Amino acid sequence: MGEAAVIWGRLTSAFLLNCELFGLTLLFALPLGLVVAFGSMSRFAPLRGVVKTFVWVIRGTPLMLQIIVIFLGPGLLGFKTPWPSNSSGRMMAAVVAFVINYACYFSEIYRGGIEAIPKGQTEAGQVLGMTKTQIFFKVTLLQVIKRILPPMGNEIITLVKDTSLANVISNKEIIMMAKEYSAKGLIWPLFSTAIFFLIFVGALTLLFGWAEKKMDYFR
Amino acid sequence: MALLEASGIGKNFGNTHVLKDISLTLEKGEALAIIGSSGSGKTTLLRCLNFLETPDTGVIRVGGETLWDASDPATQKESEVRRKRLHFGLVFQNFNLFPQYTALGNVMLAGELLAKERPDYKANRKAIHAQLEQQARELLAQMGLSDRANHYPHQLSGGQQQRVAIARALALEPDILCFDEPTSALDPELTGEVLRVLRDLAAHKTTMIIVTHEMTFARDVADRIMFMDGGVVVEEGPAKELIDHPKEERTKQFLSHYSA
Repeated sequence: MGEAAVIWGRLTSAFLLNCELFGLTLLFALPLGLVVAFGSMSRFAPLRGVVKTFVWVIRGTPLMLQIIVIFLGPGLLGFKTPWPSNSSGRMMAAVVAFVINYACYFSEIYRGGIEAIPKGQTEAGQVLGMTKTQIFFKVTLLQVIKRILPPMGNEIITLVKDTSLANVISNKEIIMMAKEYSAKGLIWPLFSTAIFFLIFVGALTLLFGWAEKKMDYFR
Repeated sequence: MALLEASGIGKNFGNTHVLKDISLTLEKGEALAIIGSSGSGKTTLLRCLNFLETPDTGVIRVGGETLWDASDPATQKESEVRRKRLHFGLVFQNFNLFPQYTALGNVMLAGELLAKERPDYKANRKAIHAQLEQQARELLAQMGLSDRANHYPHQLSGGQQQRVAIARALALEPDILCFDEPTSALDPELTGEVLRVLRDLAAHKTTMIIVTHEMTFARDVADRIMFMDGGVVVEEGPAKELIDHPKEERTKQFLSHYSA
């Protein structure tokens, strides 16, 4: 009884690492994704080519591999490794890998959302004397947000579960913590990690459902 | 002097010459209809006047001011094009209302953004807003849409949406209001309400250029008609005369499709 409470406590504190990685990834990848999206839509062909190739590489390789490459790559190439040799160094490497990976996925969602807005919306703004900035913020943006909410919700829910991949470079997140018990023959902690993910994803599902409903007043 | 003087307007898309040396003038209070088959360049001409396309050749003057001279880059500065556009209003074939704003919001938005550039905006914010709202409500009333002010575009019929779009264009008080096939996207039973508004505007001497396929309407409402084909003006003249007694063979041929 007492031991179970200890295990739940340790799983919970390990899950905080998942939550931290989730939060930091969103914080940086959401804006960075917009920058990448503008790059992939640039009228300057070389920039567009570079950005599109980069997005292809990132989306075309496993996130787990990217985490390992980012963590070990600099050292293997003979550079001084940028990551401190402690747990926060491993976490930093994971955050960087996640931010790059998710920024690329988000960028494609942004691009799809922006390109789906009819050209007539921009033109209507132009003939009414609006500046490009005014057209983006007053006309386009809300329509883009409405369109990208469902795919964003999907991607962000995937992110919750992907945070477990951070354990490939020994970040002690919830699955890794639970596996320590299963290695000792105690299997229930591993299975109960599902509860943490389910609750988190459940809350996100409600949040996105609410946001989509908020946007229901226009089409 | 004519309010609008455009001369030698040419526009190419790649190797396609969409407009070839088009010239037109428009007096204040005059309504000009432009007719012609699809691909004749009518819409491109309107888009050039509104600077949605940049003419490759030609000069556009409004009230004596040179707004665009294809041979003078000084007239083509991006920052000034925005201000120059305000001489013209454009009503689109498919309305292009902003879906996230109500009818009233659509009519007011551009005016509010322009008001923010006024030096006295901060001090008189409330008064300016109230004035813009009153003007917008009056325009909607003029369009017969007083009871639709708080409706969003998707809650309105096509004819109502187009009337909101007309009010939105009128709100900025352009010198010349352009219509690009304003009834082409509407069900036949809804074109009447939009054409009524246009008749009303013409009766009040609104300076207009209307690209249309409604020949009877053009004949009755416009002062002059321009028939375009293959990027050139084939024939131009007083509305009734051009429809009833076209001179050019190509014009006769085109109008014969409508004589039913």
